[in-house]
Amino acid sequence: MIEFKNVSKTFNAKEGDVHAVKDVNLSIPDGKIYGIVGYSGAGKSTIIRMLNGLEFPTTGSVTINGSEISSLKGKDLRNQRLKIGMVFQHFNLLWSRTVLENIEFPLEIAKVSKNERKEKAQKLIELVGLEGRENAYPSELSGGQKQRVGIARALANDPEILLSDEATSALDPQTTDEVLDLMVDINKKLNLTVVVITHEMHVIRKICDHVAVLDAGKIVEEGPVLDVFKNPQQAITKRFVNQETSSASLDDTTVVVSELLDKYPNGLIIRLTFHGDQAKLPIVSEMLRQFPDVDLSIIEGNIHQTQEGALGSLYIQLLSDHHDSLDGAIEYFNTMRVETEVIKRG
Amino acid sequence: MGNTTGFASYFKLSNVNWPDMGSATWETIWMTVVSIIVVAILGALLGLLLFETSSSNSILVKILNWVVAAFVNVFRSIPFIILIVLLLPATQVIMGTIIGPSAALPSLIISAAPFYARLVELAFHEIDHGVIEAAEAMGATRWQIIFKVLLPESMPALVSGITVTSISLIGYTAMAGAIGAGGLGNLAYLDGFQASNNAVTLVATVIIVLIVFVFQYLGDFAVKHIDKR
Repeated sequence: MIEFKNVSKTFNAKEGDVHAVKDVNLSIPDGKIYGIVGYSGAGKSTIIRMLNGLEFPTTGSVTINGSEISSLKGKDLRNQRLKIGMVFQHFNLLWSRTVLENIEFPLEIAKVSKNERKEKAQKLIELVGLEGRENAYPSELSGGQKQRVGIARALANDPEILLSDEATSALDPQTTDEVLDLMVDINKKLNLTVVVITHEMHVIRKICDHVAVLDAGKIVEEGPVLDVFKNPQQAITKRFVNQETSSASLDDTTVVVSELLDKYPNGLIIRLTFHGDQAKLPIVSEMLRQFPDVDLSIIEGNIHQTQEGALGSLYIQLLSDHHDSLDGAIEYFNTMRVETEVIKRG
Repeated sequence: MGNTTGFASYFKLSNVNWPDMGSATWETIWMTVVSIIVVAILGALLGLLLFETSSSNSILVKILNWVVAAFVNVFRSIPFIILIVLLLPATQVIMGTIIGPSAALPSLIISAAPFYARLVELAFHEIDHGVIEAAEAMGATRWQIIFKVLLPESMPALVSGITVTSISLIGYTAMAGAIGAGGLGNLAYLDGFQASNNAVTLVATVIIVLIVFVFQYLGDFAVKHIDKR
């Protein structure tokens, strides 16, 4: 269990004080993948770096399983750091060492014997799928392979916690997904707590159980990923969710909506949000059977997989001469536990 | 005696005393190699000290950094020929003599070590800070970071730095030779210039150029071999 209690961090810069983190309270349960999402400059990095003492809070406390990391120094801090692995955006591998030697590096720091180091590193190479590349230098690897080395290195000392500082932000989409799959795999296999910071909602959606949204140093929203995606409260969260759930850009959708309204001024445009098993049921066609006078055109739709099941959204226009039927249709969706949001009523 | 006029005087190789030339060559190589070894160690230590004290908030560390930096800057600014003269009394005390190859060592080392220290500091600053931070995040001690990150990651720059330093050291040995330190510079000055024997000067020059080439080649070869970037 990781706990942030009333954590604030102020940097003294020449231009005046910068409040990077403001009164953050968080508890991160063991064995989960916890995501912190925010735009650059929101304070994500500062927060994650407090977990291994690369930064210290100005006020408040950060505790891991009861021991207060924010008050550790010297040898105690170094011993605590051995139990926390970290993966970096720019990999931060030693170019002078081979893949195998890079993975052995944290074991050398922990003073593990040479034979044991070799054996352990070899196992980790298999875990991250880099067999045959043991003796390659980082400069000979692709970005995705480098990050695999980064992950293996972070796992070398059997950490309790894995920190991911924008680990996929320098990778292409295909490689990002491979690395994310690996992280989920590791979380399940080794049952370790993973803290992920990112500016990409895609990462949160794909691997996280919980998410916190950070804006200007404050946590503005927090909860299970599916809840936050289904029902974002804050404007910034909505923006993040839209970034991910609408495949077409929001502008495109708006253009189509206004065109449809021009053509059929009486139409009702709604957004449906499906989650879990509902996404697999023929709810829309069932609605049409129940209200035969309703016509329907689809504006935009998509479906995404999250750690807790599928999540789909669908923009549709409903046309009918009877207002009652339209209201009935919405009512029907609601009873089927599909969330509806009326975008425009003609 | 030699003839001081005409291009032909350069090629009167019969005027060259080859055994003298051989021993002068060895003296030059000996002075260069011994001072390089000491300069590499001393310069690396000074450079490390400069690097490690460069970003601290502690006032004592800041003072230490200032003192080391001042020492480095002062000795780097003194022209070598003046430094030798300046150090004559100290050389007498340390080496017991002011004549011969070993007498050249203190001034060679004191002039080249600060120069190399700056190159070392620069090489450490060139290392990606993220890599050092990654080591810190793994729980590395300062010494582990020095030996496992700073030194290996900056090795190509350290080696090319020592190559550059050794080439200027070869030049310095010749200068030191002119005022009695032995070696090819000494030979070129006494037998070549003062005895008007241009062939000796030319041969000594060619040998020095060859020594420089060999050092450059060895340095480049080593860098190529260790640089895996």
